[in-house]
Amino acid sequence: MTKITRNKKPIRLNDIVDHAILILGGLLMLFPVYLAFTTTSHDNITLSREGLQFGFGDQMGHNFYAAMFEKGGFSEQIDGTTMLMNSLILGIGFAVGKIVLSMAAAYAIVYFRLRFATFAFWVIFTTILLPLEVRILPSYEVVTGLGMANTYGGLIVPLLASATGTFFFRQFFLSVPEELVEAARIDGAGPGKFFIDILVPLSRTMIAAIFIIMFVYGWNQYLWPTLITTDEGLFTLVRGIKQITQSIYEGNQIPEYGQAWALAIIAMLPPVVIVIFFQSWFVKGLVESEK
Amino acid sequence: MKRAAFSQPLMPVALLMPQLIIIAVFFYWPAWEAIYSSFFLQDPFGFGSNYVGADNYTRLAKSSEYGKVAGFTLFFTVVVTFLSLGIALLLAVKADKVIRGAKTYRTLLMWVYAVAPPVAGFLGGLLFDQNIGPITDLFAFFGYNLQIGLNYNDTAFAMIVVSVWKQIPVNFIFLLSGLQSIPVAVREAALIDNKSGTRRFWDITFPLLAPTAFFLLIINITYALFDTFGVIDIMVKGNPASNPITLVYKVYTDGFRGNDLGGSSAQSVVLMVLVLLLTVMQFRMLERRIHYT
Repeated sequence: MTKITRNKKPIRLNDIVDHAILILGGLLMLFPVYLAFTTTSHDNITLSREGLQFGFGDQMGHNFYAAMFEKGGFSEQIDGTTMLMNSLILGIGFAVGKIVLSMAAAYAIVYFRLRFATFAFWVIFTTILLPLEVRILPSYEVVTGLGMANTYGGLIVPLLASATGTFFFRQFFLSVPEELVEAARIDGAGPGKFFIDILVPLSRTMIAAIFIIMFVYGWNQYLWPTLITTDEGLFTLVRGIKQITQSIYEGNQIPEYGQAWALAIIAMLPPVVIVIFFQSWFVKGLVESEK
Repeated sequence: MKRAAFSQPLMPVALLMPQLIIIAVFFYWPAWEAIYSSFFLQDPFGFGSNYVGADNYTRLAKSSEYGKVAGFTLFFTVVVTFLSLGIALLLAVKADKVIRGAKTYRTLLMWVYAVAPPVAGFLGGLLFDQNIGPITDLFAFFGYNLQIGLNYNDTAFAMIVVSVWKQIPVNFIFLLSGLQSIPVAVREAALIDNKSGTRRFWDITFPLLAPTAFFLLIINITYALFDTFGVIDIMVKGNPASNPITLVYKVYTDGFRGNDLGGSSAQSVVLMVLVLLLTVMQFRMLERRIHYT
């Protein structure tokens, strides 16, 4: 559009306004995180005396080191490294689980003559209607009843009970040309061979996109981990935020602001970096999967 | 189903089973459990429960506290949805227009998608902090004493700011992709017909964007209802009694802190019905959208 409106005049007032608005928007997004970085680079006494800092200090290394390796929490057993590990297990475990389960289910629904395929589809699809937050208390009781509280299984598996991935792969498989499966059958390929040799390679970009979205989703889970993991050894970084907040607001010594901000930064950095780095896949996956 | 489908009888069953079992155990069972226990009243000391019919529901309907929470949830949802959609629309329109730096702007405006709501709540909580927060200082400069966590309205304000901040990127991504999918031919035709950019936007671009916007409306309502849990939980600082909370948060506090299983379940069921209605609306609209494109 602008290509046409923009004639020889290089800069117009309109353009300046447009850029100003965008820059302002960008700054609005960046500001809290910039402040997080500057604040982490000061010591706790400065912070509680003078408030959050707008310039960089020299304590960043110390604060990050303390956040990662000093044991804290009520049991004095959890440090940032453990939480980082748990976050990775949750993020990757959830993403992989989701992709495997939903690809298998979508393959069965789309590529097989199956009498109850429509029924299965609806049974799975209904789960989109009710997010975990709505049925949180009974879910907690069921999982605890199964003895899965404070296990990685109890943390990850209940989150997998939703149809988003299946729905997405179903749409994608339906868009794969019919001729491919016909040709494969003429060549004598069975369903297993067709899936691994043709369908999976074709879905590569889709799998990557879904992986990124699901990893971020899993990593950022809060309510469910808060309920189901009371053992501090299983805390994720995002779950740990609650602990940090409590220690800041309810502790009576000088709050460990620097360390707390360092942990918050570690909690947000991996998903942010992945989203920025794989931006085009991520946007594609997001926009397509929500259709 | 494809025409040339495979006909092995057992393989698809084996493929579907893992997903179906997980959904049965972790979705249908709890959902049923919620509906079932909403008709019972638990003994506060854990000695079983009694069937009380619809009592839990009438108790909700009469509760002034529940009414207050529902009122705040409505207000919160409307404000968060309206503001984040509005700001994102402005930014998306501008990002769609500029040529220089378009990619950089896009990245700058979307990365917050990946920040977890409780982390956003944590950042916000400290920006608005009584002792160290710069935003509190800014308000103090203008003579207003901002008291997050103590003053109901102040906390509500901070929660809305944080929730909007967190939600702008999602709206931005979808609106921008919606804008970019408007065919060049349509844009050029509009340009010939009408010189005024504002008129062009409201007459051509906005109606073409309407399906995306409607879809986003549902996404935003769902976000404000459920995903803001993390923001709220961090920002009430463990003191939900005197602070604004949403319906989902009340399900959580009543169920886990108040041990009111029946009441909490009844609230869950109310929310379930609400989400069902939203989804039905979304599907009606999706059907309509097919005629659009």
